[in-house]
Amino acid sequence: MNEHTVKSYEEELALLDKKIAQMGGLAEQLLGQALGALERRDPRLAEDVVLADKQIDTLEREIEEQVISMIARRQPMADDLRHIMGALRITTDLERIGDLAKNIAKRALAIADESHPKPLMSGIRHMVELALHQLKEVLDAYAERDADKALSVWRNDAQIDAMYNSLFRELLTYMMEDPRNIGISTHLLFGAKNIERVGDHTTNIAETVHFLVRGFNIADDRPKDDQTSSTLISGT
Amino acid sequence: MHTMVDKHADAVVHAKVAVGLPTPKVSAKDVNVYYGEKRALQDVSVDIPDRGVMAFIGPSGCGKSTFLRCINRMNDTIPICRVTGKITIDDRDIYDPKLDVVQLRARVGMVFQKPNPFPKSIYENVAYGPRIHGLSHSKADLDEIVQSSLEKAGLWNEVKDRLNDSGTGMSGGQQQRLCIARAIAVNPEVILMDEPCSALDPIATARIEELIEQLRKNFCIIIVTHSMQQAARVSQRTAFFHLGSLVEEGVTTEIFTNPKDKRTQDYITGRFG
Repeated sequence: MNEHTVKSYEEELALLDKKIAQMGGLAEQLLGQALGALERRDPRLAEDVVLADKQIDTLEREIEEQVISMIARRQPMADDLRHIMGALRITTDLERIGDLAKNIAKRALAIADESHPKPLMSGIRHMVELALHQLKEVLDAYAERDADKALSVWRNDAQIDAMYNSLFRELLTYMMEDPRNIGISTHLLFGAKNIERVGDHTTNIAETVHFLVRGFNIADDRPKDDQTSSTLISGT
Repeated sequence: MHTMVDKHADAVVHAKVAVGLPTPKVSAKDVNVYYGEKRALQDVSVDIPDRGVMAFIGPSGCGKSTFLRCINRMNDTIPICRVTGKITIDDRDIYDPKLDVVQLRARVGMVFQKPNPFPKSIYENVAYGPRIHGLSHSKADLDEIVQSSLEKAGLWNEVKDRLNDSGTGMSGGQQQRLCIARAIAVNPEVILMDEPCSALDPIATARIEELIEQLRKNFCIIIVTHSMQQAARVSQRTAFFHLGSLVEEGVTTEIFTNPKDKRTQDYITGRFG
């Protein structure tokens, strides 16, 4: 790709990517820390996550302001327009991911004194690991302008959904076994739902990257495997 | 009775209707323009629909104005200029030697970069064309044409009380709208505009753009512009010219959001040179 004749335009676009990368790195970090807080019942780490989320919010505002200013001053066209609009959309998804991580961390604070059922925790851990892997892949796809990589992230979200479905069933069973488990199980269920939502925002980013690179939206409907909204386990 | 050629033309029209494409108002096929030995335009083929705005964009010297001038045979006035290929309006070859060029230029009006009203009254500027083309039979006829042309050009309310004032004494934007009124007074079908706003301030430019928006309901408008934002705002289709070739032509929103050719992309995003 040739460079813009106006060098400052080039620099502004590069700055936009730098901020997105920074924001993406922070989102990854927060999600990892939120899991750590949950697993280790570490209230301090949880509080760190809540604070660090503010950094993401600040970056989101900065990117928004930069995008508005660039549209007003540069009147972007073609791939520049898609780049700038894409950055704006991605920044919204990353901000939401930050919020979801923060929410998981807050739940870690709420259930810090409870004993954690090991198999369920390992289910949550697997979900977070997959969500983190997906997030990393999609941020790479953005940085490398790799539409195929974005497409593969988009397709892989079904795995997170499947994990969520199975965790949902396990948590229901666990609650039925002993009503005293309901408190912690509900928190873990919300935690798992948040991770599933992180996966959805990641696929949004994948769609944006695909549009940014190829200039058209992904055609097929994404396979949605979250069946929990229609699942009921009846008591005996 | 249909000749073979007519039947063929009918078949083409039907085929286009069948796939939902409107018959083009102006159609160019393999147009080449030479200035002496130098080829200024290479194999340009494009269909321009009626009742819409087509924008020609491209860097200086790319051939867009040269091509525009082929459409009303303005290039005929340059002795060393030679045009080959075929340009039709409503399927009629405009380079047919039997065609009356004066009549053609009445059908294909032109507005230039610099407003060029005649050094006459506002009224006379508009009345001149209809009078020489015999479009009016009485003073009342002519008055009506002048008024409706000035109304269509969005100028009537500003000048109705001073129709006898000189056209050259108006502001640049008003002069340009007067030139548009003059062009539409002879009932053209196609209006060519060669950078019509480049000498105007943003407010006068906005007025011309609003006027183009109104006029496109009744005319086929082709505009050459250096402002890509203007092309994006006023046109439904855009053609990008580079080094004498038509690189890419398509729906304006497509060209400006997702152009197919890298040269188009480089030009509209400011990556040239």
